[in-house]
Amino acid sequence: MRPVWKENPSPAYQAIKAIVLGGFALAIVVPILVVISTSLASDQDIIEAGGYVLWPSHPTVKAYETLFSGGLMGRAILVSVFVTLVGTAIALAVTIALAYATSRPVLFGRPVLLMVLFTLLFAPGIIPMFLVVKQLGLLDSLWSLILPGALGAFNFVVLRTFFMNVPGELLESARIDGASDFMILRKIIMPLSKAVIAVVGLFYAVGFWNAFFNALLYLNDTSKWPVQVILRTYVLQGKSLSADQLGVEPLPQPQSLQMAVVVVALVPIAMVYPFLQRHFTKGVITGAVKG
Amino acid sequence: MVLLMVPGVVFLLVFFYLPVLGNVVAFQDFQPYLGIMHSTWNGVQNFVNLYDNPDFWDALRNTLVLAGAQLLLFFPVPIGLALIVDSLVSNRVRRWFQTIAYLPHFLSWVLVVTLFQQSLGGAGFVNNLLRQAGLDPIPFMTNPDTFPLLVVAQLVWKDAGWAMIIFLAALTTVDVSLYEAAAADGAGRWRRLWHITLPSLRTVIVLLLILRIGDILSVGFEQFILQRDSVGPGAAEVLDTFTYYAGVVGGDWSSGAAAGLAKGVVGALLLWGANSLAHRLGEPGIFQRRGGS
Repeated sequence: MRPVWKENPSPAYQAIKAIVLGGFALAIVVPILVVISTSLASDQDIIEAGGYVLWPSHPTVKAYETLFSGGLMGRAILVSVFVTLVGTAIALAVTIALAYATSRPVLFGRPVLLMVLFTLLFAPGIIPMFLVVKQLGLLDSLWSLILPGALGAFNFVVLRTFFMNVPGELLESARIDGASDFMILRKIIMPLSKAVIAVVGLFYAVGFWNAFFNALLYLNDTSKWPVQVILRTYVLQGKSLSADQLGVEPLPQPQSLQMAVVVVALVPIAMVYPFLQRHFTKGVITGAVKG
Repeated sequence: MVLLMVPGVVFLLVFFYLPVLGNVVAFQDFQPYLGIMHSTWNGVQNFVNLYDNPDFWDALRNTLVLAGAQLLLFFPVPIGLALIVDSLVSNRVRRWFQTIAYLPHFLSWVLVVTLFQQSLGGAGFVNNLLRQAGLDPIPFMTNPDTFPLLVVAQLVWKDAGWAMIIFLAALTTVDVSLYEAAAADGAGRWRRLWHITLPSLRTVIVLLLILRIGDILSVGFEQFILQRDSVGPGAAEVLDTFTYYAGVVGGDWSSGAAAGLAKGVVGALLLWGANSLAHRLGEPGIFQRRGGS
């Protein structure tokens, strides 16, 4: 409902609004739609349309069958899934423990908090990071994609702010009943914070799935490449997905194969997006306003 | 409690503070087979070399140009979008728009640049359409002169919707009776925008501006490294990509580390300066003066 004091907008003003918002939304939707359609298009569709297809009139999943028949894409997906799941689990454990410990006035709480906040101010730099990862013997290991991302300052601040708002009396009474800090975290704090932990977990998961540069920096072994690096090499740089990497002849049109790679990188994000969207506004705002 | 801090603190020491100390290689003639302990120290020689290296100055100039373009051209977009969305009467249209507009934030830079390439690249569908219409294709993705605009367009596509959230949230906190009173006193749409809406957004705008300024030297690193080949280092080389290509790819570890360290220090100073300026203007900023929370 329009409040009474608000004047009715002129048609010109409304048209401008519609054009701006509509144009912005179309600019996002159309490229994604074209990519999905082209990945599902038959060779005939692609040749008729001269490259890209807005709507596949003879839909086929041949591009996906070809993509998964060879080892390349299947392996990359396994790598990305492993890094995302293990990375998220480790990052959540580390972040929750640290955020809880610093959310209460405890010994060393303040210096540790400052240690985390300083990471917001300064980045150590690519070369020293590379040297540390190399010294630890993690080059060409998937742990090089996981461990350096195990604590994000932003996620830490979001969780800590939330934990600080859990009433102290609740923890006090549990402590009198003999619960340890770990028990309190497991039985009181975490059940109360399910929603915000889920949001932070999804943020981590999206970050691990999307990470590209760490893989470029730390992995020489192409058999350990995650999906993002495959996407860069075979679609963005246009290296040909040749038959020996895929196995099946004859290959479908290169466009539909390439677009299938794009869709593979896109699908997990699209799957978690509804959950993210439902919850993230809350997380972002508590983190930004009170952090 | 102390036990719960151990994993996090170990992480910080190994993957943050150790590399911070590792920046000493910027003052060494670092050789990987000798390691940090046995490489010879050479004072500020690496920084002198950088000073004489035209590629470094190119990278610095590109960083400032690209970061400046992103700051000036990107920053107002989410505010404008938020104002329009906030003025929508239909909740359904608003929800639809938000659902679409937030999505690209969660896509990786590889995916975003790929989508741009498939749309605007030499063989992309926009140029396909132009060719079918008998027109000359436009080299959106490879023209070094328009690269700053391309970079801003990509950032707007990816993050303008997401950045809008925070302004939308701030807009809901504005007291409606202020608008009502102003309207009763005869203030029109634009007057209310200028005297009520924008002042209420001031704190959030300042906060986000500080964050962006502190981040200014690091902006879009993946975005640039992905497009450095197609646009050329002349326009797309920034301090971070210079560090990577000189150090890791080229083997000149010390120059790379020196450039990286210079970037880190200047970035931290910028953030600090912007935050102090915000305090001076009476805004809370991000780092409170006395400890904070």
